[in-house]
Amino acid sequence: MFAKTLRRTLGVFLGALILLGAGNSFAGFSDTLNLREGVTAISNKVHDLHMLIFWICVIACLLVFAVLIYSIFTHRKSKGAVPADFHESTTVEIIWTTIPFLVLVAMAVPATTTLLAIEDTRDSDMSIQITGYQWKWKYDYLDEDISFFSTLATPREQIEGTAEKGEHYLLEVDNPIVVPINKKIRFLITSNDVIHSWWVPDLGWKQDAVPGFINDAWTELSEPGLYRGKCAELCGKDHGFMPIVLVAKTEEDYAAWVAEQKGAAAAAADAATQTLAMDELMSKGEAAYNTNCAACHQANGAGIPGVFPALAGSAIATGEVGAHIDIVVHGKAGTAMQAFGEQLGAVDLAAIITYERNAFGNNTGDMVQPADVVAAK
Amino acid sequence: MSTATTHDEHHDHGAPSGLMRWITTTNHKDIGTLYLWFAFIMLLIGGAMAMVIRAELFQPGLQVVDPHFFNTMTTMHGLIMVFGAIMPGMVGLANWQIPLMIGAPDMALPRMNNWSFWILPFAGTMLLSTLFMEGGGPAFGWTFYAPLSTTFAPASTDFFIFAVHMLGFSSIMGSINIIATVLNMRAPGMTLMKMPLFVWTWFITAFLLIAVMPVLAGAVTMMLTDRNFGTSFFSAAGGGDPVLFQHVFWFFGHPEVYIMILPAFGVISEIIPTFARKKLFGYSSMVYATASIAFLSFIVYAHHMFTTGMPVAGELYFMYATIMIAVPTAVKVFNWTATMWKGSMTFETPMLWAIAFVFLFTIGGFTGLMMGIAPADMQYHDTYFIVAHFHYVLVTGALFAMIGAFYYWMPKWSGHMVSERLGKIHFWWSVISVNVLFFPQHFIGLAGMPRRIPDYSLQFADWNMVSSLGGFAFGLAQVFFLFIIIKTIRGGKAATSQVWEGAHGLEWTVPSPAPYHTFETAPEVR
Amino acid sequence: MSSSNGGYYLPAPSHWPIVGSLGMFLLLFGFASYLHGSTSLIMIAGAAIIIVMLFGWFGTVINESLAGKYNNQVDVSFRMGMAWFIFSEVMFFAAFFGALFYARMYSVPWLGGASNNVMTNELLWPTFEAIWPTNGPAAVGGEYHPMGAWGIPAINTLILLSSGVTVTWAHWGLKKDDRTQLILGLMATVALGFLFLGLQAYEYHHAYTEMNLKLSTGMYGTTFFMLTGFHGLHVTLGATMLFVILIRSMKGHFTEEHHFAFEAVAWYWHFVDVVWLGLFVFVYWLV
Ligand code: HEA
Ligand code: HEA
Ligand code: HEC
Ligand code: CUA
Ligand SMILES: [Cu+2]
Repeated sequence: MFAKTLRRTLGVFLGALILLGAGNSFAGFSDTLNLREGVTAISNKVHDLHMLIFWICVIACLLVFAVLIYSIFTHRKSKGAVPADFHESTTVEIIWTTIPFLVLVAMAVPATTTLLAIEDTRDSDMSIQITGYQWKWKYDYLDEDISFFSTLATPREQIEGTAEKGEHYLLEVDNPIVVPINKKIRFLITSNDVIHSWWVPDLGWKQDAVPGFINDAWTELSEPGLYRGKCAELCGKDHGFMPIVLVAKTEEDYAAWVAEQKGAAAAAADAATQTLAMDELMSKGEAAYNTNCAACHQANGAGIPGVFPALAGSAIATGEVGAHIDIVVHGKAGTAMQAFGEQLGAVDLAAIITYERNAFGNNTGDMVQPADVVAAK
Repeated sequence: MSTATTHDEHHDHGAPSGLMRWITTTNHKDIGTLYLWFAFIMLLIGGAMAMVIRAELFQPGLQVVDPHFFNTMTTMHGLIMVFGAIMPGMVGLANWQIPLMIGAPDMALPRMNNWSFWILPFAGTMLLSTLFMEGGGPAFGWTFYAPLSTTFAPASTDFFIFAVHMLGFSSIMGSINIIATVLNMRAPGMTLMKMPLFVWTWFITAFLLIAVMPVLAGAVTMMLTDRNFGTSFFSAAGGGDPVLFQHVFWFFGHPEVYIMILPAFGVISEIIPTFARKKLFGYSSMVYATASIAFLSFIVYAHHMFTTGMPVAGELYFMYATIMIAVPTAVKVFNWTATMWKGSMTFETPMLWAIAFVFLFTIGGFTGLMMGIAPADMQYHDTYFIVAHFHYVLVTGALFAMIGAFYYWMPKWSGHMVSERLGKIHFWWSVISVNVLFFPQHFIGLAGMPRRIPDYSLQFADWNMVSSLGGFAFGLAQVFFLFIIIKTIRGGKAATSQVWEGAHGLEWTVPSPAPYHTFETAPEVR
Repeated sequence: MSSSNGGYYLPAPSHWPIVGSLGMFLLLFGFASYLHGSTSLIMIAGAAIIIVMLFGWFGTVINESLAGKYNNQVDVSFRMGMAWFIFSEVMFFAAFFGALFYARMYSVPWLGGASNNVMTNELLWPTFEAIWPTNGPAAVGGEYHPMGAWGIPAINTLILLSSGVTVTWAHWGLKKDDRTQLILGLMATVALGFLFLGLQAYEYHHAYTEMNLKLSTGMYGTTFFMLTGFHGLHVTLGATMLFVILIRSMKGHFTEEHHFAFEAVAWYWHFVDVVWLGLFVFVYWLV
């Protein structure tokens, strides 16, 4: 009875495995079975190490299983097996303590060299500070005076299922981090609020972003390309919506990108002097509110009671304008409310604040202009 | 040691009956039963939460719950399974079996034993009540890392903190009781090195518990003061460090996982010799291996923190220490194998669960070993590879051992044999679905799916669907288990004293069901 | 069944545990609610229930003990229970000492740029210098004065050490059935315990009002008050238990051989004493 059931289940299992293997070559399962080899020397090393320990474990596992299965099929009472009477053998015990130990040493040696290589951040060519925020990343190019935020670019509709999901669903951002190839880049990783973890699998490591401390890590890419990753430490509600996109460019392209960024910064400063009309503020404000604020305060301004306050009817959003500008620009220390003054341009901020004061039934009629925000910064 | 017992005079007027019997009882068997029922109910509640998780992950996109509630489910699922299902379940087994196995009339401190249990429903209520509070329940993972659990957590967190305090208090009292029972209540002739392995593993587990539960209490106390009284333990601005929380937590957390698996090892070491009709291959080496695992568990904990930015010397040390645990665990696995080797095996339901344990725990152990390799863990950390690892050791490890223990000892508890046919259906249904549930999680984990996310990118869609289907099937199998339990309590073939042909030990010398009071006059052990 | 045949005593069903659980639940649930602006009544009710439970439960135990129901084996169980309970308390303190050592040996130096945290200091806390005591790079809580070791703390050390002597002296008295010595010894111990608490209260008051040293004074204030505070709580508990033992001694409880309750409390007192020595060295002295 038992043997038959076992054989039948094994059959089903094997069949399923073969089907999966066959399916692999064309179906969606491909590319989702194993660790990525990645695109750097380190990630290759880590991948090799992974394959080494993987096979050691598979072989050790199969050896144990082979003995067990043989024993299960032959040493059974129904086959007339009589129990032997051996037990307690120091020799055997010593052997089966020593062998695993040696296997472990064999694994530890390459592991040590790989680890030392990962942690060696000396002699880097440039440094980028990465700061985690709930739920976006900020990149500061320490040698270039470039600084920007990077947020999820997947539209809400795709997440909620009212629109077809795109190819890079949840893995796309508005402003990717851009780096040059053939340079040893040092990342200085920290956080503004809770712990996040910066992870691009193709680079071969992840590193936690701990508020108040800086962890360093490095990479050196040899080919231009675009690599995707995610935040890998639970950081609150939208932890699953905090992707990373890294673009590697040749040195010329990178230089062009740097110049372009500096131009954009100047344009934003210019824009801060303009005066906008109410409907312009409201439409700009709605869009910017939905990308930057709705994660917490919700698109309808209702917030999440007990966690994120409602803006609809809130004392601040309907009260004196100065206090409203102040909390948005400077945030509130020790809470999830960040200082948006450093994240958004004056135009966006003015638009958002105007929007908040006139949407969700907050009909204050107030208008806030970029200049007001600049004055508060 | 123990010769005879005396009972309080009230006893002669008859013990309370009805509900009061269960509330005021000082009898180890009653208390064991209470623990086991509590654990099973928690398994269903925690499992129902897992069903919510799997339903949300069935497809990409947000369908069933919002992200905040999803995180709450993940957190509560982990907490309830660990503190509500596995630990009390193991304590329930200890309560029933330890006095029976060492020939003691009861636990050493029976009144305190009652208290250890009756704190649990209150703590569980407190924990579950957070779900209904403003801002929702705890949503920071069962590891509740600061500052997500301090500065950035909802008000209900303070209730969660006190629930953990109560759970810890209960565990500490329970373990003190077990240590005192094992050291002080053994029948004459039952030397330490004659004790059944289940008793040994629990004895060692109890030390682990007493050593680490207070540290967990310290961790949540620090959270409490950081949240409410302005201390700076986990804040760099004041000279503290968020990572300090992780050190304190994992100093508890890592031994905690062995707290859940050592009694399981004990159960397996009872079942396999019985059905192989052969003595355990290396009794003393099993005892030493258990002790080594327990010792090592204190000095490896930072393998959960390889990506936190520890200095490299620390990473190397914790990597070496971690993989060393494979050695004593190897001794265990090899011993079970050698016990089955040249035995005369039969495959009643308990044995099936034990064999599945050996196979599947080994798989989970090996993935643990892979994660112990620090540079590789830089990739594995916080992905579904971890989720697969710990469900293999926890579900097909600890939980399977507990289910095996149920099939093994239930005839002794209830006096009724469990139906072999139903038991085997339960087994094959569970063992197949659990692999469909957790095996694909290795793949999606390696391919890069982070854990604790309510929504994922499209390349993970197929395997998640497979996993969810396996999950629903496994969940249903446990509802079927509930049916088996109730059916067995209500009737079934009468069990003999020995129950299993190959069973040895004091618990098999008393009638089935075991009388309310056993070993009032201590048995003689040779 | 009688209690005279030397058997192991198994207590009858008891309602005290469930009362205790309920009290604990109300106390803690009430405390958490209170922290979030609710009434303190639930908390107080919980505490009251716990006190009733303690009287009831210990009362039962004392009566059973006086009735001679506990044989030596039961006594051994009690001893193990108390010993391992104290061990669990040791581990509780270990967590807080661990936090102190971590701050002094790791987090503060790292914030100052040590080890692999050079950039932590350079980018985030450029003006911070790692010296202990500290209220952190953000100077949480503002200017403060650290607590010196050689004033009240040194006196308190002497007080606790002498109280360890007096309790032992009382024990000697009990063992040779010298009731006067027992009671005098206990009285002295209780008095020293409360004297210690009084001085500590004075020290706290001084710290808060004159030194601006508070629980919220960064990591130094945190570890200082949490460690000394939990120790103070344990002294309070120990002194209260000693007081109960004193009353019981005056009532003529305990015999030369059988006085586990006395010994348990004495162990506890020594434990509290040893913790203080650790505190004195690492919190007050070596700064
Ligand atoms: C019962 C519970 C249990 C058990 C027994 C284990 C056992 C082990 N675990 Fe696991 N672990 C968890 C529960 C458990 N774990 C949980 C819950 C988490 C996640 C926590 C969280 O973050 O939420 C976790 C996470 C976890 C991590 C952190 C991963 C990360 O977050 O990045 C690591 C890293 O080292 C690890 C390692 C190990 C190791 C080395 C063992 C070893 O003990 C395994 C030893 C066993 C074997 C190796 C197999 C048998 C041996 C042989 C057959 C002999 C042959 C051997 C050789 C040839 C070497 N575990
Ligand atoms: C300790 C034991 C334990 C057990 C037994 C389980 C059992 C299961 N676990 Fe759990 N799990 C953990 C411990 C455990 N888990 C831990 C510690 C975590 C980490 C949490 C964290 O990240 O913080 C975790 C996380 C975790 C995740 C990852 C979540 C995430 O990262 O977001 C997933 C996802 O698939 C999962 C699934 C399951 C499933 C499907 C089961 C199944 O085995 C469950 C089987 C189901 C039942 C037994 C219930 C059957 C009942 C019904 C179907 C209906 C009954 C209805 C009512 C009573 C109303 N678990
Ligand atoms: C990561 C979560 C988060 C995001 C994103 C966020 N906020 Fe907030 N916000 C909060 C929290 C938490 C508070 C409450 C702070 C406190 O405790 O007073 C808050 C408070 C406020 C308040 C004061 C409300 C009141 O009545 O107290 C305003 C106004 C506000 N936020 C505006 C914004 C704007 C504008 C944006 C986007 C540009 C934004 N918030 C984005 C979390 C967030
Ligand atoms: Cu940021 Cu997860
Ligand atoms: Cu661990």
